[in-house]
Amino acid sequence: MSHLLLLVPFAALIIANLLPRSARPAAAGIAFGVLALQTVAVALPPLGLADWSFLDPVDAVIGLHVTMDNLSLLLLISAGLAGMAALLTAGPGLKTGRERFLFANLVMVALIGINGISMVRDLFSLYVFIEVTAVATFILVVIRHGVQAYEGAWKYVILSAVASVLMLTSVALFLLVEGGASLEAVQHALTTPGPIPWISAALFLSGLFIKGGLVPFHGWLADAYSAAPGPASVFMAGIVTKASGVFALMRLAQSVFGDALPARWIFLVVGAVTLVIGAFLALTQSDMKRMLAYSSVSQIGYIVLALGGSPQLGIVAAALHFFNHAVSKGQLFANAEAIEEQVGAIPMDRMGGLGSRMPVTAGTSAVASLSIAGLPPLAGFWSKLLIVIALWQVGQYAFAAIAILTSLVTLGYFLSLQRRVFFGAPLPEWASVREAGGRLIIPALVLSLITVIVGLAFPLILSLLLGGAL
Amino acid sequence: MTLMTVLLILLVLAALWASMTTLLLRATIALALASALLAVVMYSLGAQIAAVLELSVCAGLISVVFVSVISLTQRKPFKDYVDRRLSRLSRFWPLPVVLIGAGIALSFVHAPVQVALPVPGAEGDVRVVLWNFRQLDLFGQILIILAGVIGVLVLFKREGKDDN
Repeated sequence: MSHLLLLVPFAALIIANLLPRSARPAAAGIAFGVLALQTVAVALPPLGLADWSFLDPVDAVIGLHVTMDNLSLLLLISAGLAGMAALLTAGPGLKTGRERFLFANLVMVALIGINGISMVRDLFSLYVFIEVTAVATFILVVIRHGVQAYEGAWKYVILSAVASVLMLTSVALFLLVEGGASLEAVQHALTTPGPIPWISAALFLSGLFIKGGLVPFHGWLADAYSAAPGPASVFMAGIVTKASGVFALMRLAQSVFGDALPARWIFLVVGAVTLVIGAFLALTQSDMKRMLAYSSVSQIGYIVLALGGSPQLGIVAAALHFFNHAVSKGQLFANAEAIEEQVGAIPMDRMGGLGSRMPVTAGTSAVASLSIAGLPPLAGFWSKLLIVIALWQVGQYAFAAIAILTSLVTLGYFLSLQRRVFFGAPLPEWASVREAGGRLIIPALVLSLITVIVGLAFPLILSLLLGGAL
Repeated sequence: MTLMTVLLILLVLAALWASMTTLLLRATIALALASALLAVVMYSLGAQIAAVLELSVCAGLISVVFVSVISLTQRKPFKDYVDRRLSRLSRFWPLPVVLIGAGIALSFVHAPVQVALPVPGAEGDVRVVLWNFRQLDLFGQILIILAGVIGVLVLFKREGKDDN
């Protein structure tokens, strides 16, 4: 089935572009159908509700070098959910039919890139699919034009180009010393003496740190997220940057580095610095989207920190936090879009008291905020708990303490967001503000529900992940 | 001074021209020139197939794409161009100086690392490599070009009345 995850979105992309101009609004529907199909088709087999092995001959005939495992599965489901949320918010979030048509096209291109990232087992192919995702995302940022959007996209392009140079140099060095760039070849190269393999690995990791927006390469992320139109922010914050940077790191930690000490220390230090600096930067923001963007930086730090913990539990913890954050942050950006639609893009201090006017937005945003802050029994609590245990198991008590203490900062900035935007008596100028429409409310409600269900059904999910030898 | 040194100096100059000029069309020509020079360098080093691909794709195809996109843009008045060029040169002149200085400095460093190059096997044939081993990457390349086309539409095509 893995090949179909690349070919079906590609076919959908072609069909959408062959539609006559009058039928173009259907493109978003086609893209939504593909995303829904992917989410359901990928989620059912681990629950024992479906078996797609009859599709294996398709894989054998096409013969692309892709394989799916439990780690891929998490990314594929997260991509499906974030993509659907983004397409729903595109209805009210993008003004013209042309914008919505191009947005659906770009989501499909990025989806193929993300699906490729989740299933390739070769460093060069990984780079190619990261680029596919990145190119689609640059354009998503500028889809509505404007100086701010150009500036955000420009920073993203420039830093991405630097990352590309680093990653390509790394691949070239691995090809020189090992004759191949498959993950097995890279793993073998790292066991040979000499500095070149580890220099190459460090170059590739640096490229991924830039793509993932880790400190000190986080500068582009807040500009790109806040400058992009709402639906693009939902998609980017939900999945894109995590897939192109953080997921690739998880794949390398799982298949290449194992329990290699240098890599573990890199993950620990970069992860800890990122989560602390990201959290404090979020605390100082007055713009809601920028606060959410820096919060993403901080949460990405948690995921990377987990990779420095005990090998198996660390990967499971990172994967779960990846999924939880994709769901909650995608939802918070959908909430931000709902608020922006009603009151415009204004600082949080000028919002005040919107909770009584927009109760569903306020309620769902509280669920997502508390989950990311790590409050039980929501999904985010469990993944953070696993991160702390994974660090404790390898004796990294200081890093475990940093993870716990930064959770308090996270709770602090999210409570500040809730207070400034939703709490208190509604300001007189918001007398005409109403709850956002269904296309902004539905994704928020569904993603909140997933956060609650994952939290409550956590033992089942954990046993599935650990049983599947993630 | 060998032919290779001359080629490398010309390559750096062409790359500098491409990155320092303020006219898109000149930058495209300079980039194509740099690609053509790189192709000659590759050919001299025995990488004939890579040289042919560099010449046809980077110097040829990509230049055509750039020129078609530039033809969709509007040129600024000449005075704006001159002002911009002067301000750009005054701000960024240290960059090429540092780059050339670093290149000269590095040319005196003899890296102690000796790398044994892998011997090309049956997969050394570029057709075999592309179609049997790297077809996934070719698929990725097609997608990147497709995304680029959508990018041109987003950035440069004006909306018609029936697009709303």
